Amino acid sequence: MTKGNGRESDLLTLEDRRGLLRAMCLMRGVEERGLSLYKQGKIPGSFYDGHGMEAISVGATWALGAGDAVCSPLIRDLGAHLVRGTDLTDVFRHYMGRENALSHGREGNVHFGDRRLGVVGMVSMLPDMMVVATGIAMAFKMRSEERCALSFFGDGATSRGDWHEAMNWAALYRLPAVFVLENNQFAYSTPTSKQFAEDPIKRAAAYGMEGVSVDGNDVTAVFEATRAGREKALAGGGPTLIEARTLRMHGHGAHDDASYISAEMLEHWRRRDPIERLASRFADDEVAALEAEVKAAIDRAVEGALATPMPDPAGATASVYCSGVPEVLGEGAAPWSGFATPDALPAAA
Amino acid sequence: MAVRTYLQAITDGLHEAMLEDERVFVMGEDVGAFGGAFKVTAGLQEEFGPERVRDTPIAEAGIIGAAVGAAIAGLRPVCEMQFSDFVACGFDQLVNVAGKMHYRLGLAVPMVLRLPSGGGFAGGPFHSQNPEAWFMHAPGLKVLAPSTPEDAKGLLAAAIADPNPVVFMEHKHLYRRIKGEVPDGSYETPFTARVARPGTDLTVIAYGAMVHAATAAADEVEGASIEVLDLRSLAPLDEEAILVSVGKTSKVLVVDEANRTCAAGAEVASLIADRGFELLDGPVRRLATPDVPIPFSPPLEEAVIPTSSRIAEACRELLDY
Repeated sequence: MTKGNGRESDLLTLEDRRGLLRAMCLMRGVEERGLSLYKQGKIPGSFYDGHGMEAISVGATWALGAGDAVCSPLIRDLGAHLVRGTDLTDVFRHYMGRENALSHGREGNVHFGDRRLGVVGMVSMLPDMMVVATGIAMAFKMRSEERCALSFFGDGATSRGDWHEAMNWAALYRLPAVFVLENNQFAYSTPTSKQFAEDPIKRAAAYGMEGVSVDGNDVTAVFEATRAGREKALAGGGPTLIEARTLRMHGHGAHDDASYISAEMLEHWRRRDPIERLASRFADDEVAALEAEVKAAIDRAVEGALATPMPDPAGATASVYCSGVPEVLGEGAAPWSGFATPDALPAAA
Repeated sequence: MAVRTYLQAITDGLHEAMLEDERVFVMGEDVGAFGGAFKVTAGLQEEFGPERVRDTPIAEAGIIGAAVGAAIAGLRPVCEMQFSDFVACGFDQLVNVAGKMHYRLGLAVPMVLRLPSGGGFAGGPFHSQNPEAWFMHAPGLKVLAPSTPEDAKGLLAAAIADPNPVVFMEHKHLYRRIKGEVPDGSYETPFTARVARPGTDLTVIAYGAMVHAATAAADEVEGASIEVLDLRSLAPLDEEAILVSVGKTSKVLVVDEANRTCAAGAEVASLIADRGFELLDGPVRRLATPDVPIPFSPPLEEAVIPTSSRIAEACRELLDY
């Protein structure tokens, strides 16, 4: 196990950092607006957010190439969808159960994924999608493609058998996969002290893969660990387990006041807020301009979503089966400057 | 045409699909170098190599989940559960992940899961089961259950070509016992029922191994013309073929080798009660394995799985109604 380096990545340009900050602000802004729409009764069902955890999904997904797959972003990982380029209006339409291209109202909350952007939507049973990511990585390797699969899961997911099957399988075949363990210290109300006797990052070595622990509230550290894991995976070095240490700052969902998390703990992590940490490196007026731009984008998206009709009930029984030619996973946005201008960047340390 | 066993026909189907489509690959426990517990995949690894005929860890959720991933990434996995009973270990990946994927996300999962199923050879509670109804009840899955070598090969080809997750029930007790003419080359059998034996006085509706038991029973019953309808596909269910046969004979016996409650036959009986009531000239009768695990000892096993003589007896009772 490599202990958290938390060091600055020297592979990120100023433009990358601005992009990372924007994506994190967008995630927080979308979720704050979502929560308010939920409380107004405009979003049915339930609402989940990843407040304080934005650095993980944003930093990890920033390291992906266009042809890579994300399988899957979980309920704290809206940032992965946003970095891949998911349409913001469709995200709100989806939350609201309105007609939309992502799920047509058949799914809710963060259960979506734009297949056209190489993103597979999550299921509620964790870590099921880690096994699916393993299969995607296997297909990439069988076809000798330079692509990798990125999978997210939480600390609670490490207790299930599927987790073991995916870890063993991916390591056995040295598959191009990067597994991101979001250790936010709670699985709903269950603390990690009641989840496992030993930190799961230590299990990586037993499976025959590298395990890296990073500060999950440092977006550049998450980026760098994922980038290194991806590079190793594409070079045939097999999968990497990355543990991003953080705290879930809100309840499991909007219905949960998280009274089981102490005020001291929350305050400790609030001082490590990932957005504030990165924003502090930019001039105040630049941050304010970015926040205003993000807010305007959210306003437009919400307006568009509210103007969209609810799905036609006649469609409730449609599309259970595919009747045409299956679409495969498409390519998503890959905003890291290192893909556009690989020579302009210094070599990785 | 050549005479092939049910098992050979499945092997032929896999072989032809792999020759025709480089996206098709096979994986499962012991399916590669060893050729599978029943030798269905024997010789395939020698011909296609270990990448396309993959021995996996003992991990049913891993096999099914990895197949889902490979399928959505553009491949055409054909997986084997060593025994259909073991699919319970991968149930979540099949029912929750594969089955719901297209409805939820518009992402197709073209994969085939081969389940060697059924009893009749002292396999005991973990090697004799018929779990097809579990998957008929799960939206998004298709469920096939061939009874002949010709259909086994043609339905397998159609399953591999289908853009959805298909559960392919292959009956272990038919593997080497049943032989038949199989067309050369590749062909696809539609997911519809077929009249296995035409008749006019009573219809026995069955699938898999029970088609053979029903046919033997029909031969045994004297003085009546008994039709045997082989469902072949359980999901989708060929409702029209069922109603056509009921309309012809007006008396129906539905046979399942699976446990009785909520079995495929229960759905068939319900369909007939709902849409075929006017066609009937007697109650819809059912014969199925009672709701017990399949026992090991031969006399116990024989006491629970429907036999041709019990089917014949049920036919006689219904004919006398």
